[in-house]
Amino acid sequence: MQRNEVSVMDPVITVERLSKQYKIGLADHSTTLREALSSVIGLSFLRRSAAEDTIWALRDVSFSVERAETVGIIGRNGAGKSTLLKILSQITYPTSGTTKVDGRVATLLEVGTGFHPELTGRENIYLNGSILGMRKKEVDRKLDAIIEFSGVERFLDTPIKRYSTGMRLRLGFAVAAHLDPDILIVDEVLAVGDAAFQKKCLNAMESLRAGSRTVLFVSHNLAAVENLCKRCIWIDAGQVRMDGESRSVIQAYLGNMTGGPAATTELQNLEQRRGNGKMVYRSVQFLSAEGHPQEVIRSGDPVVMRFHYSATEPIAHPSFGFRMYTDMGSLVTDTSTWHHGISIPILEQGDGYVDLEISCLNLMPAKYSLSLWLTDMTGALVYDNLEHGVILEVEAGNIYQSGRELDSRFGLVFFPQKWNLSGARTQGAQVLNDLPGVGESLIR
Amino acid sequence: MRSLSFKELWRYRELLYFFAWREVKVRYRQAAFGVAWAVIQPLLAMIIFTLLFGRLARVPSDGIPYPIFCYSALVPWTYFSVVLAQGSNSLINNEALLTKVYFPRVLLPAGTVLAGVVDLVIGSLLLVALMLYYRVQPSWALLLCPVVVLGFMLVTLGLSMLLAAANVKYRDVKHAVPFLLQIWMFATPIIYPVSMIPERFRSILALNPCWGMVSAFRACVFPQLPFDFQLIGPSLGVGVLLFLGGAYYFYRAEKSFADLI
Repeated sequence: MQRNEVSVMDPVITVERLSKQYKIGLADHSTTLREALSSVIGLSFLRRSAAEDTIWALRDVSFSVERAETVGIIGRNGAGKSTLLKILSQITYPTSGTTKVDGRVATLLEVGTGFHPELTGRENIYLNGSILGMRKKEVDRKLDAIIEFSGVERFLDTPIKRYSTGMRLRLGFAVAAHLDPDILIVDEVLAVGDAAFQKKCLNAMESLRAGSRTVLFVSHNLAAVENLCKRCIWIDAGQVRMDGESRSVIQAYLGNMTGGPAATTELQNLEQRRGNGKMVYRSVQFLSAEGHPQEVIRSGDPVVMRFHYSATEPIAHPSFGFRMYTDMGSLVTDTSTWHHGISIPILEQGDGYVDLEISCLNLMPAKYSLSLWLTDMTGALVYDNLEHGVILEVEAGNIYQSGRELDSRFGLVFFPQKWNLSGARTQGAQVLNDLPGVGESLIR
Repeated sequence: MRSLSFKELWRYRELLYFFAWREVKVRYRQAAFGVAWAVIQPLLAMIIFTLLFGRLARVPSDGIPYPIFCYSALVPWTYFSVVLAQGSNSLINNEALLTKVYFPRVLLPAGTVLAGVVDLVIGSLLLVALMLYYRVQPSWALLLCPVVVLGFMLVTLGLSMLLAAANVKYRDVKHAVPFLLQIWMFATPIIYPVSMIPERFRSILALNPCWGMVSAFRACVFPQLPFDFQLIGPSLGVGVLLFLGGAYYFYRAEKSFADLI
């Protein structure tokens, strides 16, 4: 809970016993005059929902951040991360507790906040800059740099309703990257955009850190969090679960996601899932090629992943898939029946399973987590989605048949491969036969 | 945690300008007639009212030609009604801003109030043209018009703050405002002169802040009309109260905007 650092030199953010309560259970977020009037008059029968449930989005959160610190904030969806950032940036107010923020704050909860579709790119730079707290003079001065960063020079005098999503993002981030705040609060902006754009964002954040500004950074990209932040705070169910050095916090966080390795992972009781539930994953099994449960999975083994599902009604054109991540949150692969062009016109009601057969698991030894999803062909309709629901622990295997122990230091994956020394002038060199299926030399 | 801070408002003054600028820029984008709409709207209203009330119903107009008599009130009234309709929605229409970034929330209704001035000025140019056409000899009182307009802005801002804040919690406001404005228009001496109302009712009607403002605006334009301070005084008083009440309610409700919207 507590950070065991003695020297508190210069806190720019101090949060003390912060709690935030939300009312839930109302059909829509807005109340109506009728409800207010009836509660004043006391006509309870006029009221639609008497039961007013409340939830604590944050409960007794305390921490402080020093000047020029970059702190990552991680946690599951709904853990209270965004609420915390919103309170720190004064968008919403705590139910109890205090925050003290010392310096000019810029909040980036989304890219391009306040963009108006009818205004041109240039006009939106000024508007967005002003909304984010830049002075007009400042925008004037930085305009050329912003335009260059955005890469949309040619469309600067076009209304941005004609822009593509990518162009809008680039323009929005170009403005944000030129903010000059004392404290920057960033939420999940990196979750959007393509890889190149994400890289650009990360670079911009790096330079902010170099400029000794204080940064609070919420992201699901754990690799980015670890890369950028020395310190990390893990928020779980509205409370600070752990606060300390990033690497250990992230590992504890991922370790908490599931119980641990086993041949079968039961999924039915997992709460953290999204989707309409018409079809869900029941469990995932790791089997050997012969179909026996496999407790230990080693690099290079053949593996069958068996996904047990349950459908409450006939499902048209479902797609089974999963994403695999490293324990630092980097995506290893994203695969599905859709990727393979498999068409399932109708999946009947009831239980069943699909197998993914891997003839050679070419992963280096490490802990991987799997996020499973069940959608329709377009991916728009989500039946079930489990973030980091399954852990796959890969043990060291004799992958090159050399007996050498190869672990995660040697990379993430290995490929079916073979060294050919026929072109080298060697004396008595021996090449062992390597991998299953790669017996013959390709080059003659 | 936070109180009304004038220092902060001053620091954000540029954003107020940008919000107003955004509204002005966007209002007539992609409209073939463009800014001309600022004139067309009150002009059409004037023509319709002149035909209906001036010609058909023969409503008196204190000896002033009915079209300009009507139009002189329509200029401030159009400002008031258009801005109030937009201002009361200024928070709910900017949900993305309210939930994503901090700035003094009052800048949203205030930006609308400020943006409306552009239309008001354009509408006033036509008024000047009509004054020339109807040979209205203005007195020095004409120079007081901006003061009356400032009073109008104050009332409009106060009401906009009140309704915009209430609108966040009770969307009923959105539906009620157009209706309210319709009734309000007929309760304000726009199509009829103050002199048509029996003396004993005037003190009640003077509680309508628009009543005093419109009368004062007309008195600035037409030298033959008196500044009736028995009307303007109470109106102004109610206006100031509305402003203070609106501001008080707004700042009290402000904290929950992002949660309720």
